[in-house]
Amino acid sequence: MKSLILSALLTLSAAPVLACETVTLGDLNIEHAWSRATIGADRPGVFYVEITNNGSTDDALIGIATPAAGMPMLHETVVTDGVASMPHAMSIPVPAGESVELAPGGYHGMLMGLTATLAEGDSFPVTLSFQKSGEVVVNVEVLSLRAEGPDCDDAN
Amino acid sequence: MRLTRLQKILWAAAGLATLVYGLLVLLPNRTPEAVPQADFRPTFSLPDAEGRMRTPAEFAGQHLLVFFGFTNCPDVCPTTLSEVAQVMDDLGDDAALVQPLFISIDPERDRRLGLAEFTAAFHPSIIGLAGDEAQTRAAADSFRIFYAREGDTAAPDGYTMSHSPALYLISPEGDWLRQFTYGTPATDILADLQPRL
Repeated sequence: MKSLILSALLTLSAAPVLACETVTLGDLNIEHAWSRATIGADRPGVFYVEITNNGSTDDALIGIATPAAGMPMLHETVVTDGVASMPHAMSIPVPAGESVELAPGGYHGMLMGLTATLAEGDSFPVTLSFQKSGEVVVNVEVLSLRAEGPDCDDAN
Repeated sequence: MRLTRLQKILWAAAGLATLVYGLLVLLPNRTPEAVPQADFRPTFSLPDAEGRMRTPAEFAGQHLLVFFGFTNCPDVCPTTLSEVAQVMDDLGDDAALVQPLFISIDPERDRRLGLAEFTAAFHPSIIGLAGDEAQTRAAADSFRIFYAREGDTAAPDGYTMSHSPALYLISPEGDWLRQFTYGTPATDILADLQPRL
């Protein structure tokens, strides 16, 4: 068990490569695309990413698609009066000059109908659809089940 | 010395003011330190993944860290259980004094999907509990927490769960101590917990 914990710690501290890549689509910078390992394929996976709009026009993330899951959807975790629920997000605004994070406890992609277990160290592509900028494919790195985010030098 | 009527009144007023001031200064210190409050001892009687009945009595002497959730939950539950796992790792030798419990609010599906492998994936010390509907509702009522099944045709099996996402701390005597709201970092939980052990 000690070795398991040790290896978990090592993996957490090792700097992942993919999740730290930045993909550009027009005025949009997309980085820190990551997911959590799943236990089997019966439970939904999750997708997190950070989008920065360097342009002067508002945009919005309106959908995600991936071969890793039959039904990927955008959701938002909302805590209202001490109760957490997870409504479907029709679109996630990416206002001009701002950054939007899909991160634990907020917006996230819910990957239902996984085609296979997401194992730590795996990666899979996700196509992001934006209202104005169009589509772009990012590589999503699967981090440990206990990860709280990628450990990139630029992610402070 | 003879005082005029006015002087007598002024002296009396001054004396009264001193007395009132003294009372105001002293009174707050005289109130008892601990305001006695009704004991809040949340309880549960739920089977673990092997079907063995678990109650708070068997954890006497340990602090309990209790989380209500469901294993099909992609965001909130893994985030909180990751923090619990981190706290347990960071407690070191004191980890034996703390028992983390995951109480399923979606017990039928969680038993089918596998409760033990889910909790073990976060930390081997976490015990998962999943009862029937009545046992689950009784535990939630006792902890005064909310959960509800919400129909959602887009969700797996056509429903999802909304629930109170906080983490609850119970004393070794079974008394409610506090809650950690959703998103409390592991370091803050640890800092609160360590002086109690």
